[in-house]
Amino acid sequence: MTATTEETRTSEKAGAIPTFDITLRVRRYLPESTHGEESYWEDHQLTMLATDRVLDALHKIKWETDGSLTFRRSCAHGICGSDAMRINGRNRLACKALLKDLNPGKPITVEPIKGLPVIKDLVVDMEPFFASYREIMPFLITSGNEPSQERLQSAEQRERFDDTTKCILCAACTTSCPVFWTDGQYFGPAAIVNAHRFIFDSRDDGATQRLEILNDKEGVWRCRTAFNCTEACPRGIEVTKAIQEVKRAMITRAF
Amino acid sequence: MTTTIPAPRSPYARRKTSRSNFELYGWIFMRASGVLLVVLIFGHLFMNLVSGEGISAIDFAFVGGKWASPLWQMWDLLMLWLAMTHGTIGVRTIINDYAERDVTRGVLKVALYTAYTIVVVLGTLVIFTFDPCPTDAPRELLASFCPA
Repeated sequence: MTATTEETRTSEKAGAIPTFDITLRVRRYLPESTHGEESYWEDHQLTMLATDRVLDALHKIKWETDGSLTFRRSCAHGICGSDAMRINGRNRLACKALLKDLNPGKPITVEPIKGLPVIKDLVVDMEPFFASYREIMPFLITSGNEPSQERLQSAEQRERFDDTTKCILCAACTTSCPVFWTDGQYFGPAAIVNAHRFIFDSRDDGATQRLEILNDKEGVWRCRTAFNCTEACPRGIEVTKAIQEVKRAMITRAF
Repeated sequence: MTTTIPAPRSPYARRKTSRSNFELYGWIFMRASGVLLVVLIFGHLFMNLVSGEGISAIDFAFVGGKWASPLWQMWDLLMLWLAMTHGTIGVRTIINDYAERDVTRGVLKVALYTAYTIVVVLGTLVIFTFDPCPTDAPRELLASFCPA
């Protein structure tokens, strides 16, 4: 009897998840508070599990300490693209960034993504981002009669634009782009990635229109190949490479 | 009690799009002129500083002698035009990137293009009209190698 209890206790201990204390330094913007229009840093001491993500820490604050903390999240599993934020100075998804990977010994900073107007705390106005996305016409454009069956495509033709189909529109790339920070008119990496997805699709006939749109003053030629976007993409899309491929398509079209 | 909440932001609108290939040609020009400038500048540096007597050979007569040859006239002309255009497009890019206000951007660009025009026109003029021994100049101002 005693032996079994003893045994359960040890196995519990072995399976237990270690915890650690962290400081989460959140950038807050609450115009109606005493801080007014100034955004400010707020530190939170938390005891978190080693398996927790930044999103869990934010949840803990919101649910247990301060309900006024505002951030976007939906699926919490890296697919919906709602919770892109600047964590320790780099754009990541809060739901994909493990606390243990972020040097928990130091305060972990969480800020809203840069270059878009902040509405409250970590929530930014995504409208300029989506407006650029809409402008590249992210839908199938075809000509001629509708086929009586599926629009067929070989595996190789599909492979051509496979990388850029992974985009979840989280805006991590666009808001990591130094050109976008100073020039909000720039289409930004995400719009170009999604144009790439259709430009190189063999079933689509709208490539010329899309290339014309991106040939604009605020289009692909503003890209400085800083590679911030590729580094920021939580889906591992080679964003800069996609932009370069669009540039190359334009040059071959022009000459 | 009704409170009217003002629109939190002005609606987003993209400015008129330009459907020209200007940015594309500019981008290609930067790459092409960059490669050419590497050859031109290192050729220039080698000719002036390394070959022959090296750096000690450079004086008024050396430059005058170089500009007497059509090859070096064309070399320097190409270097001047390419370097100025390459640099101007580069600074234009920086202005577009960092000057957010329309007025600031306009003023900076006008200053840039003015400087470009002055340097290119004056430089071109000098390369083609350079005469080391002008005939009507007073004798004491002329170089020692000029015929009396």
